[in-house]
Amino acid sequence: MSVFAVDPLLAGEVGLEVLAVVLFKVLVVFVLLIVSVMLMIWAERKIISDMQNRIGPTRAGPWGILQTLADGLKLIFKEDLIPDNANRTVFKLAPLLTLVPAFLTFSIIPLGGDFTDKDGVISLFGNDTYLQLADPPIGLLLFLAMSSVAVYGIMLAGWSSGSKYPLLGSVRATSQMISYEAALGLTVAAVFLQSGSFSTHTIVSEQSVWQWNMWFTGFVPMAIFMIAATAELNRPPFDLVEAEQELVGGFHTEYSSIRFALFYLAEFMNTITISAIVVTIFLGGPNGPIFIDAVAWLWPILWFTVKLFALLFTFIWMRATLPRFRYDQLMDLGWKVLTPVALGWLLFLGARDVANDRGWNPVLVVGVAVTAFAVFGALLLRAVRMGKQVRELEEMRG
Amino acid sequence: MMFAQVPPTTDPPVPTEFSTPDVDAWLILPLLVLIGGAVLLLMVASLVKSLQDGRFAAYATTAIAASAAICVIPLWARLNADGASSTFNGAVGFDGFSLFITVMICISVALTALVAAQYLIDEGFGGVEFYVLMLLSAAGGVVMASANDLIVLFLGLEVLSIAVYVLVASQLRRFASTEAGLKYFLLGAFSSAFLLYGIALVYGATGSTNMSTIKDFLAGNLLTNNALLLAGFALMLVGLGFKVAAVPFHAWTPDVYEGAPSPVVGFMASVVKAAGFAALIRVFVVTFSTYASDWQPAIYALAVLSLLGGSIAAVVQTNVKRMLAYSSISHAGFILVGVQAATDDGVRAALFYVAAYSVMIVGTFGVVTVFGGEGDHAHSLDDYRGLGRRRPALAFALTILLLSQAGVPFTVGFFAKLEIITAAVGAGSQWLGVIAMLAAVIAAYLYLRIVVSLFMQDADEEAEPVRLRTPDTAVAAIAIAVAAVMFFGIVPGPLDDVARDAVPVLVTRG
Amino acid sequence: MFIAAALIILSGAMGVIVARNPVHSALFLVQTLFGVAALFVLQEAHFLAAVQVIVYAGAIVILFLFVIMLLGVDKVEDLNVEPIAGQRPLAVVIGAAGIGLMLTVLVIATDVISGAHSSTGPLGESDIDEIAKSIFGDYVFAFQLTGVLLTIAVVGAVVLARRAATDPEPIPESAYDELVAAQIAARESTLTAEGGDGTAQDGEETTDDGEDSADDGEAET
Repeated sequence: MSVFAVDPLLAGEVGLEVLAVVLFKVLVVFVLLIVSVMLMIWAERKIISDMQNRIGPTRAGPWGILQTLADGLKLIFKEDLIPDNANRTVFKLAPLLTLVPAFLTFSIIPLGGDFTDKDGVISLFGNDTYLQLADPPIGLLLFLAMSSVAVYGIMLAGWSSGSKYPLLGSVRATSQMISYEAALGLTVAAVFLQSGSFSTHTIVSEQSVWQWNMWFTGFVPMAIFMIAATAELNRPPFDLVEAEQELVGGFHTEYSSIRFALFYLAEFMNTITISAIVVTIFLGGPNGPIFIDAVAWLWPILWFTVKLFALLFTFIWMRATLPRFRYDQLMDLGWKVLTPVALGWLLFLGARDVANDRGWNPVLVVGVAVTAFAVFGALLLRAVRMGKQVRELEEMRG
Repeated sequence: MMFAQVPPTTDPPVPTEFSTPDVDAWLILPLLVLIGGAVLLLMVASLVKSLQDGRFAAYATTAIAASAAICVIPLWARLNADGASSTFNGAVGFDGFSLFITVMICISVALTALVAAQYLIDEGFGGVEFYVLMLLSAAGGVVMASANDLIVLFLGLEVLSIAVYVLVASQLRRFASTEAGLKYFLLGAFSSAFLLYGIALVYGATGSTNMSTIKDFLAGNLLTNNALLLAGFALMLVGLGFKVAAVPFHAWTPDVYEGAPSPVVGFMASVVKAAGFAALIRVFVVTFSTYASDWQPAIYALAVLSLLGGSIAAVVQTNVKRMLAYSSISHAGFILVGVQAATDDGVRAALFYVAAYSVMIVGTFGVVTVFGGEGDHAHSLDDYRGLGRRRPALAFALTILLLSQAGVPFTVGFFAKLEIITAAVGAGSQWLGVIAMLAAVIAAYLYLRIVVSLFMQDADEEAEPVRLRTPDTAVAAIAIAVAAVMFFGIVPGPLDDVARDAVPVLVTRG
Repeated sequence: MFIAAALIILSGAMGVIVARNPVHSALFLVQTLFGVAALFVLQEAHFLAAVQVIVYAGAIVILFLFVIMLLGVDKVEDLNVEPIAGQRPLAVVIGAAGIGLMLTVLVIATDVISGAHSSTGPLGESDIDEIAKSIFGDYVFAFQLTGVLLTIAVVGAVVLARRAATDPEPIPESAYDELVAAQIAARESTLTAEGGDGTAQDGEETTDDGEDSADDGEAET
């Protein structure tokens, strides 16, 4: 069985110490994720407060850094309510279904490792390994699979609560998530085209030092990925799922205590995971220049962390800046803008590769592509406008 | 356990040289015309509002179907010069058989579009999408006829069927239409699953989905145990039997024919049936020819049941559309007789019959569409009384088409039945021929019943007569159908010769 | 591993039938699909496993759940009423016959896999490469045909979803104009009748009137 066979750690005989290393990595990733969620929540509150001329949490710990911990403890000790109308089994299952995919996705992220000349292999207690928990050959497909599993958590949470608002919230969330998954998948496909592999490790090693996919795929997929990911995460400005004015609290209205905490945890964990995915597939992961050879192992981890922070800050910034979308605007953006553009861009990248292979004139190829974009974009716009007119006419007729 | 026995990873595998298959796009030109035309039509109509209503789409569809049929002429010449071939790594065949069915499907589409032109405007549904679906569905039929690979065959069937499910249910305001669509869809999906499972079993038994490879394999190897293969045969026969509406897989037919919009029924009875039989012939008669003695009894049984069941059940109906549904089952029985023969003569007779029946039934449902009046509901025998006086020309046309279906001499139906029975006798199944003749006699009674109520009986005095329209396009389509029926009824030679040339062949890649 | 996957699949499949709540059935279906994905992993078909989860669990069953939830059929069904009399014994007989047939075929067919195998032994390259070669090689036509199929699905969905909710008789444009004109006339007459009857109501009336004239303008265009 070669499920994880690509990791050099697992080559040859597998001894006790190898198992220990694997367990150690699992533990590190788990703790890392939990701690970073804690910090992320605190950072989000602090930064947003700053942007809104408030102070934010100050009491727990220095600069209020332990606020999340305090909130978590408080939630754990609250009473665990299950509504009478709830479907108990599913009600209990749902939070776990959102949490587990978040963890699993993080396991494929390369956190460090020198990719300049060592192909990301590091030595841990005398064993060669990658600084990532798993490198399955399907790599990013696991991310897509997990994001589709995560939908279940939200959907079932809303349904099993046996109440109107959560159901509406979860239906909204689900349709939003599966709509934006189309654009998301297409941009990831652009990365596959560029890197020629699904494996996160290969994708990162293809982007050695400065050859990031962000440049080679021409920014557009990254922009679309970021937008679609925001929608996938149900973060503002796409947080219609829990639009307080309309839906009380959305799908987790009826949840309390530890189960609510799990949803909250999963939400922020997903934010971190998606940012890490963006770092991995567009920003070169841990790739970056290495300055001091003595601590060479430190630099990749540092670069990864810096990139991750930059992205997380962007997410928080977006939340503080942009107002919430209306539902039809959300669907229009997803289906009529992002998906066609992502598809067109994917075709363009494919055409570029074919042109490279066959030695076509690049200027000509770009020219033809731009013309085709313009023509089909105009046609699409016109068709959309026509459809709108027809619909209005029909609505008037009643 | 997960981590154990991991072989050391060697160098990343070097991709071996891969070349895309050679594609001879000329060979699938009719298909490209149909699909491209459909997509273009959809696009143009969604961009230019003035084209969305009115007859533009109908005329465009007729033009597309006609040009697809015209494309066949140079291909036929090429076929005669170079012989049959295949393309796409042997997934698509190119032989007289596929060209013949292609032309027939295109003609049926063109005629149906003309019949539907005014009908859709009057009934206020469908629009451009109706024609687009029709064209794409026809493309699916063409694929089925030229498939040289079981997967392609299955996809062709799905393309054909899914479009037809929608067409059947497209008259949203009439509950019967939606109901018929749902019934057809559920049962159709079921039968597709049967077909796919059958394909899977055949693949398991032979190791390929490519028909020519399967044929060679079956001819060159003796299986120690052929249970898997025979189970595959059975399941595939069920799947295809459903599409051609053979008893006992016919239960959907009357309800769907009654509920569906009348032009769609004409389309189903011609295109779907033709494509279904094309697939049946290609799969069983050609690919599984080595095992003919195994599947022939099954088709024999289907043929007998369809012939008798269809004819007898048709006689007791009072709704004309239901009558025609049962009679279509009986016709399917006739074609199955030709398939059962498993000879070149049998195939030729089946093709001839399919061609004749397609034209007849499109014309018949053209008249039925007009006679259905506003709302497409007046289809009982009582409603048809006295129409011979009110609409003599159309009633006369319907009479000719029905007589042709009954197999009266000087119509094309006569020669179709004659050839089928000759082929059956030639292949040594005399009793089947006798049963076929018996069924023809029973069915003749049913057609005469319709004719009698048209001409011999007067309409109820009190009953409000159904408002009828006589759209010119539908009349043109009916006229063409009647002319074809009469012409080939007197001079069957040309059609016969073409059918003779249209033998199905399987060609391995290249 | 195989046994575990098989148990997951079979228990899930049983659950689909036995569960009384449609949502639970759907969830058991997901369990079955995951089991199948595990089987794919066992066969080293990682790509298929991932696609199995993405497509079946991620899209298809989600849509099932959508329909179940939105149609409000997510209640436990009363299984004691038979819609068609005699259906259940018949189903038992036919089901038993089917299982019997399958078992017989299985018993007979244990040694029948007699065909030429299209591939034997482990794949030389990764499964993704092999699938790509298949799709763009022998099955490229089928692959492209799938595009046509999807087009049909989209067009068909639009046809069936559109205007389903409108009333049986479409109102012709001219009739609509008349309707609006009549409404305006009625409104005007009530307005004049009411005269200066209270200020609060007045404000409401003006806004209504504004909407009406806007409608009118659209109708004329």
